[in-house]
Amino acid sequence: MGKLYDRLNQDIRFIEGLNGCLNCGVCTAICPAAEFYHYDPRVICDTVQSRDENLIEALLRSETIWYCGECMSCKTRCPRNNTPGFVIMALRKLSQELGYFTDSEKGRQQFAIKRAIGGNILQNGYCVTPDIVAPQMHPEQGPVWDWISSNTPEIMEKMGSNYKQQGVGGLRTIAPEVLEEINRIFEVTGCKTMFDTIEKHSKHKADELGIEISPEGIGNEYFMSVYTENNGTHNI
Amino acid sequence: MVLEGKKRVWADYQKEIADDHYFYVRSCIRQTFFPGSETTLLRILRNDLGKDVFEDARHTTCTGIGYHTDIVPLETTMTVIARHFALMTEAGYTNIIPSCVTSFGLYTEVLDTWKHFPEMEAKIREYLWKATKREFKIPENLVHTSDIIYKFRDQIKEKSKVSLINKKTGLPLKVVEHIGCHYAKMFPVSGVGGAEFPSVLSGMIESWGGSVIDYPERRHCCGFGFRQYLVMANRGYSVSNSKKKFESMQPYQPDFIVANCPGCSMFLDKWQYTIAELEGVTYDKNGMGIPVLTYEEMAGLVMGYSPWEIGLQMHQVSVEPLLDKLGIKYKKEEKYLGARGQNIGEPQKPQFLIV
Repeated sequence: MGKLYDRLNQDIRFIEGLNGCLNCGVCTAICPAAEFYHYDPRVICDTVQSRDENLIEALLRSETIWYCGECMSCKTRCPRNNTPGFVIMALRKLSQELGYFTDSEKGRQQFAIKRAIGGNILQNGYCVTPDIVAPQMHPEQGPVWDWISSNTPEIMEKMGSNYKQQGVGGLRTIAPEVLEEINRIFEVTGCKTMFDTIEKHSKHKADELGIEISPEGIGNEYFMSVYTENNGTHNI
Repeated sequence: MVLEGKKRVWADYQKEIADDHYFYVRSCIRQTFFPGSETTLLRILRNDLGKDVFEDARHTTCTGIGYHTDIVPLETTMTVIARHFALMTEAGYTNIIPSCVTSFGLYTEVLDTWKHFPEMEAKIREYLWKATKREFKIPENLVHTSDIIYKFRDQIKEKSKVSLINKKTGLPLKVVEHIGCHYAKMFPVSGVGGAEFPSVLSGMIESWGGSVIDYPERRHCCGFGFRQYLVMANRGYSVSNSKKKFESMQPYQPDFIVANCPGCSMFLDKWQYTIAELEGVTYDKNGMGIPVLTYEEMAGLVMGYSPWEIGLQMHQVSVEPLLDKLGIKYKKEEKYLGARGQNIGEPQKPQFLIV
């Protein structure tokens, strides 16, 4: 394993995202995450550009790097054309590759995202479909969504969608040969490796914590644990 | 500043929007939460404006939500998008129109990255060939679907049946416009008006008779934050950012909110319900909340389409107060009927939010 900074510097987003930070703090002023979490993108950039390996490792194991919402408001405002959001993306990638993400409560959530969104992309060809927005997991969606969930085929037909049918149109079934192409792209470009890495480290963590984890799907204790737990120390 | 100079400055914030012959790619979020908006967009483009919009049944997600939750590597997303370019090329099109703001931002980022790092484009071409045996040409024109409605706003006005004017008072409706962050904050030159003066929605609103509210948190994020909404434990981030916007816009008494991003439209609608149920607060005078429209729904209403055909019953905040102001006739009893006019039940009433 090379130096952490050198590994970050192999990520094109890191190269594009950090041209030298002058610590002005404009990114922090505009940042929605900084208003809500104990989060300061200026400090992140400053830590990374220090090239201090110990500090970078601490960052990769921290809660902090998981607070950004990737709205990229910082990109518009930085007078040096830095993008702290891109730096975060490079840090998160490396944290997952090294398995450090399971050291933090927010980092462990990557398992839930991989199972829910990653699974849906490979099985259905979409990130989000009505079926994965289960009302019990999404109380904020309100009674209208409950009604939609109970009548999805009827309502989608009324809206002109092609719900779970062949051919073009919204919410259509993606053909098996198309899903096969997407799966091959995921294999060739390293996404399957990333998924396997998230799975491996999450399994290790679940075993260490003594929490039940199943080989696939979201019906397991570890999924619900990382999806719902909040120790209450993250917010301002 | 002399007018000539102003024109020159403003020229930097214009973008080329192709006239016709579009290769259409879908939004995961919009097809889930606002399926009627997609139907409405295609109906306006194809039937009312006579445009050629092509959809290939083989296109998929761009993986955008997976990418921005950091489970999908950049190279994977680029290759999936390159596959969409290949489908466009195979179909003989050169203009690609994502209907999702996350997708539009990503397509823009991909093309920009390839310009600065041609070796990355070469690597993605190799990946795509290895995985699918497909090849592609770079699109000549990439725009978001809201750009097209903006471009043809005056033609839509000529065919319109409804103006954004309060029928009772004769005054322009006061509209909050919300632009999805990834429309122009990452690449300002890719958005009409850039990140500083985005006019993609304000142009539509003003052309159709409404007035635009300028409020302090106008450009603040809706609060989606990808992982900050998708994971239940993080949703406080999401609702807090929407709340900040609602509190900032409230003194201006907006008649409605409109967004060009399907995710933003959904959050600005659903978080009003959540805040009402949690805190007993709404941001209008009548306890009903501020109606939220997608830009496709706004255009559909202007064109005289039926509110229940374009999907306004899928919103949690009731749209009827807005329809009344616009003077649009509707039958309340038909709001929740099924595709063949049959009774499929109705949503329960929230405890606090009045519907």
